[in-house]
Amino acid sequence: MEIILDVTDLHIEFHDHELPETVVEDFDLMLGKGEIVGIVGESGSGKSMSALAIAGLLNRHSMEKTGKIMFNGDNLLTCNRNKLRTYQGDEISIIFQEPMTSLNPVKKIGWQVEEPLFIHHPEISKTDRKKRAIAMLESVGLENASEVYNMYPHELSGGMRQRVMIAAAMIGNPQILIADEPTTALDVTVQAQIVELLKKLNREMGTSIIFISHDLSLVRQLCQRVIVMQKGVIVETGNTENVFRNPRDPYTKKLIAAIPKIDLGD
Amino acid sequence: MKYIIKKFFSTIVTLVVVSLCVFLAFNVIPGDPALRKLGTEASQELIEQTRQQMGLNDPLLVRYVRWFTSFLHGDMGTSYNYNVPVAGMIIDKIPITLTMAVMSFLLTILVSIPLGIATAKHENGLLDKTITITNQIIMAIPPFFSGILITFIFGMIFKLFTPGGFVSYTEDMSKFIRYLIFPSVAIALPKIAMTVKMLRSSLLDEAEKDYTRTAYSRGNNTSGVLYRHVLKNAMIPVITFLGMLLADMVAGSIVIEQVFSIPGISRILLASISNRDYPVVQAIIMGISAIVIVINLFVDIIYRIIDPRIEIAE
Repeated sequence: MEIILDVTDLHIEFHDHELPETVVEDFDLMLGKGEIVGIVGESGSGKSMSALAIAGLLNRHSMEKTGKIMFNGDNLLTCNRNKLRTYQGDEISIIFQEPMTSLNPVKKIGWQVEEPLFIHHPEISKTDRKKRAIAMLESVGLENASEVYNMYPHELSGGMRQRVMIAAAMIGNPQILIADEPTTALDVTVQAQIVELLKKLNREMGTSIIFISHDLSLVRQLCQRVIVMQKGVIVETGNTENVFRNPRDPYTKKLIAAIPKIDLGD
Repeated sequence: MKYIIKKFFSTIVTLVVVSLCVFLAFNVIPGDPALRKLGTEASQELIEQTRQQMGLNDPLLVRYVRWFTSFLHGDMGTSYNYNVPVAGMIIDKIPITLTMAVMSFLLTILVSIPLGIATAKHENGLLDKTITITNQIIMAIPPFFSGILITFIFGMIFKLFTPGGFVSYTEDMSKFIRYLIFPSVAIALPKIAMTVKMLRSSLLDEAEKDYTRTAYSRGNNTSGVLYRHVLKNAMIPVITFLGMLLADMVAGSIVIEQVFSIPGISRILLASISNRDYPVVQAIIMGISAIVIVINLFVDIIYRIIDPRIEIAE
């Protein structure tokens, strides 16, 4: 399998207080083309921080990042900001936990879905952009796509907004989609639909996905490989089924034991 | 469209309510207009006759409707002091005061928006720090004082204008505008300081929002995020504020007109208040209220254009 993203020894430290606070330590991740990797762990385990670092969105002054995030021959941690921007939204996309607030409230859906094309492919004409945006909205499962195109975020439900976020993230046909707890804020039924949608996009467009969640059952449904994190450190990694069947680390065992099981009774 | 019609009607209702308040207020104030007109020496019969003539014996509501409808037709009553129509007294003063208010308003927008953006963009930079301190100082200086300073510095030292040398718009438009620049600056200065501060904090608030992170994740640079995403959101509270400022500038030009010896509305207003020339005061107050209400209508409409969520909230 061709490796498209190679993260080694990622180390993130905050300097907000007198003592530096390490939020991610020795994080390694190799992502193959078309692969779906899950990162699980409780809140504060550093999973979202690692994801934001890969997406190039950790840019506070009071922090230190070391290690390597190699993509397309560039180290995303040290490369020029302009270079990084050419990847953001075009080759590496991200969707977030909060679909209700992640869209700009005063811009139309169509405009927001088209934006990555507008930024990265100015050669595409306005009509083509619109065509592609509507097609993308359709393929993320929004039935009345041409109507949604002219709507504003507040007119859509949380699940629909997350679909719009996915459409905007996928319109540039990126190599990597980072999904940072994309279903946490949604209803259970909608959660399953979003997971199905990610599966479908992965299959049809060949996009590699980094799926971050604290919900192990979702990770089991979706990911071939899983990374378990605790307090900024990877405690276990491997094939999802293997990890689930034979967890080696006590923390992983605890996480698996915590999955609510449906008791069908006798 | 439905929204605009709705707002338009509520504006009319507001105008009627305000006019009722103004009318009632001037009826509560002691003093008999007939007596005022005739003087204390007049005989009781003559007073009664004049009261009848002036319609003062009619019920309150009848008098209000008569006053309001004639007001709408441009008849604002007759001045007690000069015995001439109020409309004629103020009609050629209105452009002076309004021009000055509009000029200060434009100045406020033209200066504060770029400055607000610059300070927010380079938060805690040298420019930001300088402007923040300058803002504090300017906000603390009342317009009449900055007016005196401006007169002294630009009028007497640099001789950019002749203090007291007001030229009416009927004589020379360009000289009229040139003279008004300086009082407009005096009015605008504290407003600029406030608007810069407000826009800066609004921009910085918006920059913390989730959608900003989304914008960056799509490959936007700082300018892209600022102009394509944040600015429009940040302008929503600022527009409300600017609407209030414009209304305030119309009313607030009164002091400045005195400082710069401009024969605008304020001179008549002050004279009428001290002479108890109520019809004039009433007309001017009504006029200022109407302007404020109409400005609010425009602010609401602009609001609606910028923020698509308003309609649902209605």
